[in-house]
Amino acid sequence: MSKCEECDADISIPNDALEGEIVTCPECGSSFELAKGSDGFELKPTVTVGEDWGQ
Amino acid sequence: MNPEVTILYDIIRWEEKALLKAAEEKNVNVQMMDCKKLSVDLDSALPDNPGIVVQRCVSYYRNLHSTAALEGLGVRVINPLNTAVYAGNKLFTHMLLKKSGIPTPDATVAFSKDAALEMLDTQGYPRVIKPTVGSWGRMISKLNTKETAEGIIESREKMYPIYQVHYLEEFVKRPPRDIRVIMVGDEAVAAIYRSSKGGNWKTNMALDGVATPCKVTQEMEEMCIKAKQAVGGDIVGIDLMESSDKGLMIHEVNNTTEYKNTVKVCEVDIPSLIIDYALSKVVK
Repeated sequence: MSKCEECDADISIPNDALEGEIVTCPECGSSFELAKGSDGFELKPTVTVGEDWGQ
Repeated sequence: MNPEVTILYDIIRWEEKALLKAAEEKNVNVQMMDCKKLSVDLDSALPDNPGIVVQRCVSYYRNLHSTAALEGLGVRVINPLNTAVYAGNKLFTHMLLKKSGIPTPDATVAFSKDAALEMLDTQGYPRVIKPTVGSWGRMISKLNTKETAEGIIESREKMYPIYQVHYLEEFVKRPPRDIRVIMVGDEAVAAIYRSSKGGNWKTNMALDGVATPCKVTQEMEEMCIKAKQAVGGDIVGIDLMESSDKGLMIHEVNNTTEYKNTVKVCEVDIPSLIIDYALSKVVK
């Protein structure tokens, strides 16, 4: 479990989480990218939609 | 030991996780590579052979340029650079579809505001203006009147130059849905209807479109095989519309297709099929 740096809500990190995966705060909707830290995953602020994103 | 398959990504969505899981279940030697951490010496051989690269970057420019760099150094990338270039641009795709005799909405390109408005005066309204490069329905507008067209085109004249290439497509009369077909090699492995929600005329999943299963007909599959071959792709998502007066037509080929909703409603294991396809391209 990590804390949302925007609203301090708990954000659960899935057991099969991968570095680079996007997680979203269930309370405020902020998105974070999972980055490997010294003690498991850390939450890194990220953009949710880049200008050139798509398929 | 070098990987057989590398999944190149910039963010990890359901699709990329599912690909990794499918590869692991098949005991494939698979590597996840974050393109944001990648640097490539363009003048030397790669220090490590990545095997077959399944290109999954969501950023168009990162996707295109990393494919160019890797393919240029002899790596087999799915999809190849030509597909990224052609399918990544609606005008380029349109020309190739036409050349292959595939029904596609009529379109015109105009290279200035005045030329676009003049053309619209001749061809009439409504018309749909699309960026030649773009996804998820962004900046696609239906031009119902001259006043709307003047406003939208004028605002584009202040944007990055790609938005000043005015690609104008016929507004196709159709049910409030389109069809996404997932092609893996020359096989249409699954298809969904994407129905618009809340009266939105756009049907993109990114705009809350609703997915339901769609039966792949022989006509659909034949058109999609031709379209896939027209852009030279391996694995693509092809969008079709059911025109009320012209029948099925293809309006887009997606180079790095999303397939989460297709897997969910069609229950076809697309990630597994993609890994099998990638393995079939490994040079023994």
